[in-house]
Amino acid sequence: MSLYRDEGVVLRTQKLGEADRIITILTRRTGRVRAVAKGVRRTKSKFGGRLEPFSHVDVQFHTGRTLDVVTQVEVLHPYGARLAQDYPRYTTGIAMLETAEKLTVGEKEPSLRQFLLLVGGLRTLVENTHEARLILDAYFLRSLAVAGYAPSLDKCARCGSEHIRGFAIVAGGAVCGACRPAGAATPSAESLALMRSLLRGDWAAADVSQSRHRGECSGLVAAYLQWHLEHGIRSLRHVERESDAPSSVPASFGGNPATHPA
Amino acid sequence: MYEGVVQSLIDELGLLPGVGPKSAQRIAFHILSADPADVRRLAQVLTEIKDKVHFCRICGNVAAEEECRICRDARRDPQVICVVEESKDVVAIEKTREFRGRYHVLGGAISPIEGVGPDDLRIKELMKRLADGEVTEVILATDPNLEGEATATYLARLLKPMGLKVTRLASGLPVGGDLEYADEVTLGRAFEGRRLLDV
Ligand SMILES: [Zn+2]
Ligand SMILES: [Zn+2]
Repeated sequence: MSLYRDEGVVLRTQKLGEADRIITILTRRTGRVRAVAKGVRRTKSKFGGRLEPFSHVDVQFHTGRTLDVVTQVEVLHPYGARLAQDYPRYTTGIAMLETAEKLTVGEKEPSLRQFLLLVGGLRTLVENTHEARLILDAYFLRSLAVAGYAPSLDKCARCGSEHIRGFAIVAGGAVCGACRPAGAATPSAESLALMRSLLRGDWAAADVSQSRHRGECSGLVAAYLQWHLEHGIRSLRHVERESDAPSSVPASFGGNPATHPA
Repeated sequence: MYEGVVQSLIDELGLLPGVGPKSAQRIAFHILSADPADVRRLAQVLTEIKDKVHFCRICGNVAAEEECRICRDARRDPQVICVVEESKDVVAIEKTREFRGRYHVLGGAISPIEGVGPDDLRIKELMKRLADGEVTEVILATDPNLEGEATATYLARLLKPMGLKVTRLASGLPVGGDLEYADEVTLGRAFEGRRLLDV
């Protein structure tokens, strides 16, 4: 039998049979792996809660014929326990996990940069040093860039002109007046500047941006991401902004407005 | 592949949770060789379950009538509601004999990745039950795993401003597991040791 060991972040778990789970995990060296965790749902499982989504773990697999099998696991960072106590950050993190799965196309195709981006993004989310919405948009933009889908933000995506007059998803980002297709968005200069800051990782600039520009930026980034992923990001609709926590007044209950266009 | 109805049976059984193709085949052949009276009884129960079993209009638990046995029982404490994900969790908690209040079955946990948000669960129904002020404590007994915890966080944030005592099952419950698999002793202890939630 062949064993291998890696470090990874659990992206998703699915129930399998009576007590097992299939774990989807993005690893540092092996890429995305689907493996069986046997007996993990039993209360006396040796794995306990270590194989929950968000867990950053040191894990050993046994190569199987169809699915690999988890044989040992140790937690490096239990991000999930912290995130589950903060609903907006939890839903933000889930959208990051889903995106990480969908932007790493093949199984066992190493993608160190996607792994590092995800770990960095989750750490920032747990540290709570920036608004969750900014962290999510920065993560989306950078993971799109790693996957080869970075939007053009400084120049017209079609002709390279620096006179930006709009943003068109189908064109691949910012567009000049001449290249602008019908129906292109016309975001403010500040919103485009915010997108650039987030893509570069310039938090000093991003943190002082205004709420309306953050909203516009989020809308564009989400639409751009959804367009580039065949099946879209399902959890995006359920991401809750920190500012729109529902009140318990029954009349307004259920009005949990989607942060992003689906 | 088998012929006609045998394969159909294997296919149908294979759709059940926890039943893989091999188990489906084993169960199908078990049914084929079983006593015809036994099989007829099984078929009858399967038909009846859809016709006769409802979900309690108050708590969402499975019920033989419009309201479940627990909601109809006047001896149960009307001031305490225990919120669980599934009906099978009600069964698990009833076995402990620790809890004398009533239940609210959500119908699952919030799972954004599966497309399940708060509006897809019976949360509105819970809020309606709490509106008249009779209930003073809500115990959140969602599964001790990530989705269960996040669901409890969501509910606690919603319930706290209503001035209710909101507690969460805690001690002794192993993390990562399904509530229904906890033994009665552990689950009973978890009720005694429930903690107040600060959100
Ligand atoms: Zn142009
Ligand atoms: Zn009931």
